Amino acid sequence: MTIGATGTPLLEARGVTVRFGKVTALDGLDLVAPPGEVLAILGRNGAGKTTFVRTVATLLRPASGELRVRGVNVARDPLAVRRDIGLAGQFAAVEPAMTGRENLEMTARLFGHRRDAARRAAAAVIDQLSLGEVADRRCGTYSGGQRRRLDLGASLVGAPRLLLLDEPTTGLDPASRAEVWDAVRRLVAGGTDVLLTTHYLDEADELADHVVVIDHGRAIASGTLPELKASVGRDVIEVAVADPALLGAAERILAHRAGSTPALDAGGRHARARTADGAADLGRVIRDLAEAGIAVEEIGLRRPTLDEVFLALTGEAAAPPTATGPESAGHETTEPNATACYREGIPR
Amino acid sequence: MTSAIAIPAGPPRAAGAAREVARRTLRKYFRTPGLFVMGMVQAGLFLFSFRFVFGGAIHAGGTTYVNYLVPGYVATIVLFSGGGIAVAVAQDRAEGFTDRLLSLPIPRYSIVAGRTLADFTTNAWSIVFTAGLGFAFGFRLTGSTLDGLAALGLCLLYGLVFTVVFMVIGLLAPNAEAAQGMSLIAFILAFLSATYVPVGSMPGWLQPFARYQPITPMVDAVRAALAGSGSDVALAIAWSAGLLLIFTPIAVLRYRRP
Repeated sequence: MTIGATGTPLLEARGVTVRFGKVTALDGLDLVAPPGEVLAILGRNGAGKTTFVRTVATLLRPASGELRVRGVNVARDPLAVRRDIGLAGQFAAVEPAMTGRENLEMTARLFGHRRDAARRAAAAVIDQLSLGEVADRRCGTYSGGQRRRLDLGASLVGAPRLLLLDEPTTGLDPASRAEVWDAVRRLVAGGTDVLLTTHYLDEADELADHVVVIDHGRAIASGTLPELKASVGRDVIEVAVADPALLGAAERILAHRAGSTPALDAGGRHARARTADGAADLGRVIRDLAEAGIAVEEIGLRRPTLDEVFLALTGEAAAPPTATGPESAGHETTEPNATACYREGIPR
Repeated sequence: MTSAIAIPAGPPRAAGAAREVARRTLRKYFRTPGLFVMGMVQAGLFLFSFRFVFGGAIHAGGTTYVNYLVPGYVATIVLFSGGGIAVAVAQDRAEGFTDRLLSLPIPRYSIVAGRTLADFTTNAWSIVFTAGLGFAFGFRLTGSTLDGLAALGLCLLYGLVFTVVFMVIGLLAPNAEAAQGMSLIAFILAFLSATYVPVGSMPGWLQPFARYQPITPMVDAVRAALAGSGSDVALAIAWSAGLLLIFTPIAVLRYRRP
């Protein structure tokens, strides 16, 4: 099985459109993902993330457009695609009345392993995902994180070349999220290609090499994380004043030097503003603050967070868990240039 | 990575895939007391109520009520217990289990075959269990043992038919709750038939429906078989074959395009 030799994109979508009756879930989606990378599809609920994963997994057929997984056309040869992929959907699809090991062995058999090979594959996955302690318990008794890891394991027993993870940590507590992230990182280190969807910006930050932002069924931006952050451009100067009463004065200086409207923490000490000329502006702000006699607790220049990137791209705030609070309210809305220049796909 | 996972030797065989799907369904059924034990308790209480509570008020014509009731009850027990199949199928779809199966390199019909095999097995268990209960509650064979076995064979055929019918209900229902509700309609069909009371005791406007809907000939065929007669058996088998011919392709197609 040498499908998808070096150079063939892991995933290639050209104008992929999927409709459910009158609803268009994917609306001419274009994206290319190089092999050997973790691709994160970032989008809000309803943006089309799950539809895309299900289409890649051959569960949905595009109404038009072309989708290739490792060079194989999903619509023409779904069986070949199914041999290459492992799917871990939004819900942990494991049988609670069976033990973890039984679940893994069953899925291994369904991937085509003979009995002994299935047993070995299950044992290897249990080892790899540190499920040894609970492997022989029924998974109805597992914690959310354990069940998720087992589900991840079930998608691995067939040694897939491409692992599809649909919102792998939705609904998990922070400790369980960390467990799942760890597991994914180890898989990636072992050479598995991963496509994951998420509406958590920090998850994309943690795991992905390459991010495609989708909204209303279309890719609105694509690139590496640094590229994406750069595309929305401007750095952010962040100031924390020692005396909250002087925040207003600091805000005026920031507005003057950065040339944008700063965002303030209501009743707090923090002000932040986007700046076109980061380091030089920062120097000026520091000087002005010193001259005005405003004591500063903390000041710095930072790159925009993914949350801010998302906001700049879609003009709307992202999902709450990583939204960085009050600042979201103060930002400028859409930045058409950034959207336009990244719509074409990945810079080579 | 501590140990490598081998790439499968080749795609799985359809029979092997069906067996895995069936084994999982059976394990779920027999390891979940809410399904296995409660199924028996419900079937028992229901039969008990009809036999000892309503039974005294129902006149069955030429025979004792228990001998009238039990063949009908056993023949239609699957309508009573089959809701569980619809709910399980709908749950598998809602909880991603079906997606997982469909993303694996197995033939889609092997999923239908596996589920049918397993659910038929649980239905067969319900039928045999309820028949045993019927004897315990006072039912007696009037014909030969062979007649009894022929009647049991008919009940098992209906078990197969309704396995597929309830699977389709589960596949068409938007969620488990809807599957439960839709299954209730199938169950009501048993009441609007000759299962529990003779059709002649119903009001005149209801009798045509009760007489010609498939459950009545199916139940009557079982009673006839017990008496060593073949009346209605051909009609019941024709209904069974017809229902299987209609519902099996729907099941396969629904699994193909979820």
